[in-house]
Amino acid sequence: MSEPASHEHNPGRRIGGTLLSVDNISLAFGGVKALTDISFDVREHEIRAIIGPNGAGKSSMLNCINGVYTPQQGRIRFDGQEFQRMDPHKAASMGIARTFQNIALFKGMSVLDNIMTGRMLKMRTNLFLQALYVGPNRREELEHRRHVEHIIDFLQIESVRKTPVGRLPYGVQKRVELGRALAAEPRLLLLDEPMAGMNIEEKQDMCRFVLDVNDEFGTTIVLIEHDMGVVMDISDRVVVLDYGKKIGDGTPGEVRANKAVIDAYLGVAH
Amino acid sequence: MLYREAGQFRTSYEADQQIFPIRQDRIAFALLMAVAVVGVPLFASDYWLTAILIPFLVFALASLGLNILTGYAGQLSLGTAAFMAVGAFAAYNFQLRVPGIPILVSFLLGGASAALVGVAFGLPSLRIKGFYLAVATLAAQFFVPWLLVKVGWFSNYSASGVITAQKIEILGFVFDSPVRRYLLVLAIVALLALAAKNLVRSRIGRAWMAVRDMDVAAEVIGIRIMRTKLIAFAVSSFYCGVAGALYAFAYLGSVEPDAFNLDLSFRILFMVIIGGVGSILGSFLGAAFITLLPILLEVLLHGGAGLLGLNLSPGTPSMMQLVVFGGLIIFFLIVEPHGLARLWQIAKEKLRLWPFPY
Repeated sequence: MSEPASHEHNPGRRIGGTLLSVDNISLAFGGVKALTDISFDVREHEIRAIIGPNGAGKSSMLNCINGVYTPQQGRIRFDGQEFQRMDPHKAASMGIARTFQNIALFKGMSVLDNIMTGRMLKMRTNLFLQALYVGPNRREELEHRRHVEHIIDFLQIESVRKTPVGRLPYGVQKRVELGRALAAEPRLLLLDEPMAGMNIEEKQDMCRFVLDVNDEFGTTIVLIEHDMGVVMDISDRVVVLDYGKKIGDGTPGEVRANKAVIDAYLGVAH
Repeated sequence: MLYREAGQFRTSYEADQQIFPIRQDRIAFALLMAVAVVGVPLFASDYWLTAILIPFLVFALASLGLNILTGYAGQLSLGTAAFMAVGAFAAYNFQLRVPGIPILVSFLLGGASAALVGVAFGLPSLRIKGFYLAVATLAAQFFVPWLLVKVGWFSNYSASGVITAQKIEILGFVFDSPVRRYLLVLAIVALLALAAKNLVRSRIGRAWMAVRDMDVAAEVIGIRIMRTKLIAFAVSSFYCGVAGALYAFAYLGSVEPDAFNLDLSFRILFMVIIGGVGSILGSFLGAAFITLLPILLEVLLHGGAGLLGLNLSPGTPSMMQLVVFGGLIIFFLIVEPHGLARLWQIAKEKLRLWPFPY
């Protein structure tokens, strides 16, 4: 990645206090231990990467943070509030949004409707007003449409706004999914492999969007990614998981030099 | 050439969010409504009104209801006729037992009763999906007519459970002729169709489609899955309930619980599939198609038989109807799962370019 390099030198970004911390999270499915005693924190406005080999528990970690899975042990603190268990609705209303590893868009709906759906929690009018489509509901639809159009401009997908997402190419779908998550104006954005399966240009585009989101909206980002070039370039700090355990945590430079991390990725001589 | 939108620029989001953003569509729709409101009452015979147009509108309303549930919210249901029965019998009982209640209020309360029953039978949808849910809604389909026959109170203790709908009277104006009943049904169906269109383009409609397309993602966005599904059941059953009330009051006049059998549920499901799953227009196209098809077949068969000099037995047309229905369902499921509404959309897109498709 040429452009987004040396992110630490960007003077405009202020990394704040701790926004999210996970303490001693353990998650098991029956006998399979997906996560064992994981703790790390995420500071406000930072880009935090989670890396690790396949099956290390990265996606499970995200699923714990936004309440899709309930860990057997451990606590999650978000924005000063502590939770034994999160549920997805609560997570969403507190400002946690996410994208999925395998695109989870609403295939039958247009790009516009998909992103509008992301603003679900910001809309208030009741069923009867919606049936009549008058007054507050009409105003609300227009006001949110305006916001959604900003996102569409930002992601440069104007030309496909009325297209059902099922017909769009993969890279654009990934972008729409990012847009849907952004529509909620999240404080914390969880991105599960936003660049998986992309070619180099698409990856560069996506990196730019992630950095711009972080820069312009001040959104804190937790990102799972396999492309080490991307991770080292755009993230402020990196957590490394392997077999459900945390084996490294620190700046990209520190993690790169970490013996356990190198062993996990390259293997160890026995 | 027929269908040019060149030069029509939408300069505001408001203009873009209209139901018919293209001027030709608005004109066509206005013409259609003019024909329905003025032309039909002037020219249609009583046979057309009572045997074709009124049932078409009633079935369109019922398939609109099912389409909200199955097409938009993705919950398969085979209980449509049961919810219609609840609407019909509830409206009848409100008229019978509440003195001086306006008939329109009875229809609304009939719909509301159906909505309550719909929510009750929608509860299994919180745990089960797809075919299994369809089987659970079958329970409604068998339970409701059984209950209506078993408990005499519902039919005011008539011997065979038959109810005879009271006459329709609004503010002293009696809807006794076919034309008047047609206009009443048309008004109700048009208003409810508009409301349905508004719902599906608003927040709740997007929530329904989100739950249909990808429920995990919907949940993560903050949509409450349970509530969204139950609202879909309630709204859908409300539409079916009002359709049932109109079926009894404006179409048949007297009706028994067994009229609301599984056959009727399937007919309405066919309308949705042939018309277009997840389309308001499709509900109307499907209802029109299935109401008109038997008549068309009969004309064709008799004409054909006359030409070939064959002697048809009286049962042949109705059996042919079943054969053709079956064939069409298979055809649509394979060739165009989104039904007539999608074909219409494709036709419009082609017409934009015709006759220079490049």
